[in-house]
Amino acid sequence: MLTQESVYEVTKQDRRFVGAHLLVAIASLSVGSLFGPLQAFEWSGLDLYGLLEPIGLGDYYKGLTIHGVLNALVWTTFFITGFLTLVMIAGLKRPLRYPGLNRAGFYTMVVGLVMAAIPILTGAASVLYTFYPPLQASWAFYLGLTLVVVGSWIEGYGFYLTMAEWRRDNPDARSPFIVLAALITMVMWQFATLGIAVEILTMLLPAALGLIDGTDPELGRTLFWFTGHPLVYFWLLPAYLSWYGMLPKQAGGKLFSDTLARLAFWLFLLLSIPVGFHHQFADPGVPVGWKYIHSILTYGVAFPSMLTLFTVVASLEYAARQRGGQGLLGWIRALPWGNPVVSAQLLAGILFMFGGIGGITNASYSVNLVIHNTAWVPGHFHLTVASAVTLSFFGISYWLIPYVTGKPLWKEKWATVVNWTWFVGMMIFSNAMHVLGLLGAPRRTELGQAPYVPDEWSGHLFRMSFGGAILLFGVALFVVIAARTAFQKERFAAGEGVEFPIAVSMRDPQLTPLWLDRFKPWIIATVVLIVVAYGPQLLEQFGNASFNSPPISP
Amino acid sequence: MTETHHEEVASFEADPFEKRWMVISLGLLIAFMLTVTIAGFALGFQVPGSETRVDPRTVADSAPWNEPGLRDRGNGEYDAYVISKQYTFDPRTITVPVGSSVTFFLTSTDVQHGFKLQDTNVNMQVVPGEVSKLTVEFDEAGEFDYICNEFCGAGHAVMSGSVVVEADAGGA
Repeated sequence: MLTQESVYEVTKQDRRFVGAHLLVAIASLSVGSLFGPLQAFEWSGLDLYGLLEPIGLGDYYKGLTIHGVLNALVWTTFFITGFLTLVMIAGLKRPLRYPGLNRAGFYTMVVGLVMAAIPILTGAASVLYTFYPPLQASWAFYLGLTLVVVGSWIEGYGFYLTMAEWRRDNPDARSPFIVLAALITMVMWQFATLGIAVEILTMLLPAALGLIDGTDPELGRTLFWFTGHPLVYFWLLPAYLSWYGMLPKQAGGKLFSDTLARLAFWLFLLLSIPVGFHHQFADPGVPVGWKYIHSILTYGVAFPSMLTLFTVVASLEYAARQRGGQGLLGWIRALPWGNPVVSAQLLAGILFMFGGIGGITNASYSVNLVIHNTAWVPGHFHLTVASAVTLSFFGISYWLIPYVTGKPLWKEKWATVVNWTWFVGMMIFSNAMHVLGLLGAPRRTELGQAPYVPDEWSGHLFRMSFGGAILLFGVALFVVIAARTAFQKERFAAGEGVEFPIAVSMRDPQLTPLWLDRFKPWIIATVVLIVVAYGPQLLEQFGNASFNSPPISP
Repeated sequence: MTETHHEEVASFEADPFEKRWMVISLGLLIAFMLTVTIAGFALGFQVPGSETRVDPRTVADSAPWNEPGLRDRGNGEYDAYVISKQYTFDPRTITVPVGSSVTFFLTSTDVQHGFKLQDTNVNMQVVPGEVSKLTVEFDEAGEFDYICNEFCGAGHAVMSGSVVVEADAGGA
């Protein structure tokens, strides 16, 4: 069965639109990343905040808020919406159905970002990026971040409408895997963000505006973590999309299994939301039984990650053997390590394996007490969002920026340096953070001021800040490469340029069963599982809610 | 590869290696689940659960929270009521004899805090309107810091206290 081969060429407007996303994403990363090493240095006794005092950035927790919001929320969300937009267009080989709608979504996100930036920079929102009432930020912070999320929803609606039109024209074809992956990511995101939407609309915004006298902090935590864990998968799934759907091609091979790739993405939709209580194992106000159930479900969501490990490694092995790779593990050397697009994703994957192993620890509801709110936790998520995701996005950028600008990558070898710098810096940083956590060092604390730091920690604190310095060098070099690529005069010669990478599956996707290409059964199952795993406790907490905790600005 | 002949119809099909990997993965995850289950239900590893609710605005006005500190329940068992507020714990020092079993009760009168008793399994989120509870046994003499490990505002880093476990009975 042949699908209709359309000849749509991604237009200049499409490229500029995607490029605008990348510009905001990388600009945010470049600012947010400056504050990470400042924290690391402060922990090891080198307090540089005094230098930033004249420009109003001398406060540790203001800097920590900037680092968290820009790096974890803004860099990711803008990069992802931009990248997925191109996946939709190039994957379906057709323009967006309503480009104006997607543009409206993007501008909503930009307005939200500016609105949230003002209170952050003026110190009216130094509450970090967790929305834990009764700690209260300015209304503009909450409204701004809400607009960023709503804007991303609107871009998602644009994707759905584009897909619906494609489906009408191609009723019997399997949707391209990368397009399905992009859509599942968006659907998951729109379910996931319901929790934080309810928290903002019923508690944080009314309290910030003085409409209510107080909030229910424990209810706030439950709503926040409804969103907080799947948020991690919103960051991760676009990286997985690239690992499954693009990396095999970039490495010179094929996707090992289209069927298993789709199954993994559906399982992420199904299982990434009803696991939020694993962030609340140390909470009062949540019964132990629910904590146990979410602990078990968290092991469930590890399953599609294990599938991913197999399929991605199998695809890479196939690619390496095509290139002449030999031996049980010797094939790994035959991968195109010289290509920074590939090496970034390979190194990201290796770091993520350590992140996954640590995640199993976090998921155990009793062992979790050892590491809850310690430096272990940021050590862990720097292996996930700051490595698996961010380093993969670096790798994607090395072809995506040339693709949208029509200009060749500036100094390809230096991009390879960025990748290895990030890998080495993160190994040192995250290992030290994990060890510090086990020794009891608290996270998100201006540790240089703390009276309880034993000598035992000092070597690890030094290692941690040494890793942070390496990471600062890595991200600075990445930003330079991105900027020099985008703003250089040189263009690709006619006939040259970057091809949009789509990995072919070894087995014809048409042979993948229909139930792995249809949203309805999976969405129904997702809703049912959320209702079962969250419904009773949410009803309980809403039923017993007491909005009697007055808001307090830090 | 499997020897079944392909009719080339859509079907769920996995490579034999892939199937084996799926079985191993599931087995591993089930082993983890069992470990957690046994630790939680048979070995009695405890995590905080749902206790009584309080009003954070008035909780410090009435018993037991109007007099934070240690209560001797006899037989080496104690209850310790600790109030968390920006940026201190009340009380800041708790003294017990070695061999004591101490149940900590915590609540907050302002924002969220954390309570981590170093070198023990006591690590709790302290949330206004809720009471957090965990028990620990002190088998060794020494000084154990408790620190706030949830960001609570500008002075968060200085928020700490300590449990002094005395070698000879006679503390409290």
